[in-house]
Amino acid sequence: MSKAFEFPEPDRERRLHEIRREAEQKGSVKSPGARPQGAPFPIASAETGYYGIPLLKQPPWTWEIPLYFFVGGAAGAAAVVGAIADVTGADRKLVSHARWIAAAGSVISPALLVSDLGRPARFLNMLRVFKPQSPMSVGVWTLVGFSSGAAATVFADFMQQRYGPSLPLRIVENAGQAASLAFGLPFSNYTGVLIGATTIPTWNQNVGELPMHFGMSGLSAAVGLLELMGHRKSRALQMLGLGAAMFEVWEGWRIESRPQQALDPLKHGLSGSLIRTGGMLSGPLPVALRLLSLVSNSRELRKWAATSAIAGSLLTRIAWIYAGHVSARDWRLPLEIKG
Amino acid sequence: MPTTAFLTDSTLCIGCKACEVACKEWNGVADDGFNWSGFSYDNTGAVGHSTWRHVKFVEASPEPGFGGNAPELNTWAFSSDVCKHCENAGCLEACPTGSIVRTEFGGVYVQPDICNGCGYCVVSCPFGVVQRNPDDGRAFKCTFCYDRQKVGLKPACAQTCPTESIQFGEIEELRAKAAARLSELHGRGMSDATFYDASDSSVKGTHAMFIVRGDPRAYNLPPRPEVPTEYMKKAWKSSAIGAGMLLAGSLLAFLFENRSNGQ
Ligand code: SF4
Ligand code: SF4
Repeated sequence: MSKAFEFPEPDRERRLHEIRREAEQKGSVKSPGARPQGAPFPIASAETGYYGIPLLKQPPWTWEIPLYFFVGGAAGAAAVVGAIADVTGADRKLVSHARWIAAAGSVISPALLVSDLGRPARFLNMLRVFKPQSPMSVGVWTLVGFSSGAAATVFADFMQQRYGPSLPLRIVENAGQAASLAFGLPFSNYTGVLIGATTIPTWNQNVGELPMHFGMSGLSAAVGLLELMGHRKSRALQMLGLGAAMFEVWEGWRIESRPQQALDPLKHGLSGSLIRTGGMLSGPLPVALRLLSLVSNSRELRKWAATSAIAGSLLTRIAWIYAGHVSARDWRLPLEIKG
Repeated sequence: MPTTAFLTDSTLCIGCKACEVACKEWNGVADDGFNWSGFSYDNTGAVGHSTWRHVKFVEASPEPGFGGNAPELNTWAFSSDVCKHCENAGCLEACPTGSIVRTEFGGVYVQPDICNGCGYCVVSCPFGVVQRNPDDGRAFKCTFCYDRQKVGLKPACAQTCPTESIQFGEIEELRAKAAARLSELHGRGMSDATFYDASDSSVKGTHAMFIVRGDPRAYNLPPRPEVPTEYMKKAWKSSAIGAGMLLAGSLLAFLFENRSNGQ
């Protein structure tokens, strides 16, 4: 584009001269006109689209959003794990740690979401309507329910440990736990719905799996965090971590084995490398480490499996958002142009 | 209230960009900066938060630049693009604040006093129209001159268009006009003239309709725009399965652990 042109253009002047002479002699000109420098110029057509200018807009979200996906996934899953551990009478310490992870998420998640808004002071406008047809609306209400539940649970728990058992607090604790369980289930994976149900091709072509993928990624992170907090003897956590990591192996295979053009950002370029690295850290690596730790009974290996799963979960969300940007920039997809 | 629409006829457009200017003037839209794209005389590229009307310069010829004596090789079409004001609008469905509403004229309007700039409409528009303004924080797009329509005026772009390439009126009347114009064009030998309103897709038709020559893809008009609500069922089903796996997995894991702990 930045080629320097010569003016007046010698070739073009010569050609114009020829045309004038031909016109003078024959009365009309049949041969082609002058060719300006730089020709042929880019064209708009059924094959090249509108000069290859992308139709779709890229997501306007900033760095908060992938982090929000990660924190929300881990917190939602932790709330579920904590509630189930509580009702099945598991180790009290594990229950309390899981609740704390959920509660931390219940504070960090809204902060990240608000800070990403173009007008953070207007966050509460989200709560003036409930729209079941909008995943963002459903998600925000889920977040509100989850955060209230998770915060109430640790508050009541903490007060009772401090000042002794009390019936009202016990009721608050149980109600809070029920709420964080009920809302934690969708909260752990609705972000997959959020990006899946959009016009970005690489996202909507995976809409049937993204929620499960993000949910299992969240579970991996929650289990990993609990293990790093010291619960490296829990067989239940080991099984959950193994199951989630095995799901991630399957998810990776599913991405790699489908040939659609819309999936290219998940396999090629920087976004592809990020998806693959995130996938390795979430799937095969923790599966291998966990199996090894099972046979060798090594808690050190479990620690590494946990670390890998947490890093993989975070990287996976970053990679998916980034792949969405790459996908939006691909002008061929919405115009259904192969190539 | 009549349901109104635009009919933009690219066979009449002369690429003067008066609509862009009128729109900016009336709506006080910020400038887009001075960028040279190198693509024909279009330096804006697409509609966006600061470009609500956008004139496309479609240079279509196997060898543009070889003009002059071979005019049949050198077509140059212009088409003024705008928010499609979809019948089934992705942006409107997605907006979590209810900022985006359908007006009594059938247009799709972003209420600037409600929008909190979450940006979800941006990834929900199948035509890449609405956009978050990074300086302001909120999402902006064509308002269909809701303020002017309310007092019985034409939108500024249609008012100013010197060739009546942008027509404004009652939607059914415009549809009839478009059909008549199309057969007129075909009769004149412009057999490639086509009508675009996405009524055969999940968008279910637009309130900004177009007559273009050749493949609409050369104008960045997608052949099958999809409203993202179409993906909802699949998405929530996956979410429900994911939740089920999480719940069942946790129950199994902890029940199994308790059992094997020898209770
Ligand atoms: S073209 Fe996009 S911004 Fe305009 S109404 Fe349709 S979905 Fe909304
Ligand atoms: S950015 Fe504004 S208009 Fe767009 S979805 Fe969010 S609140 Fe609605």
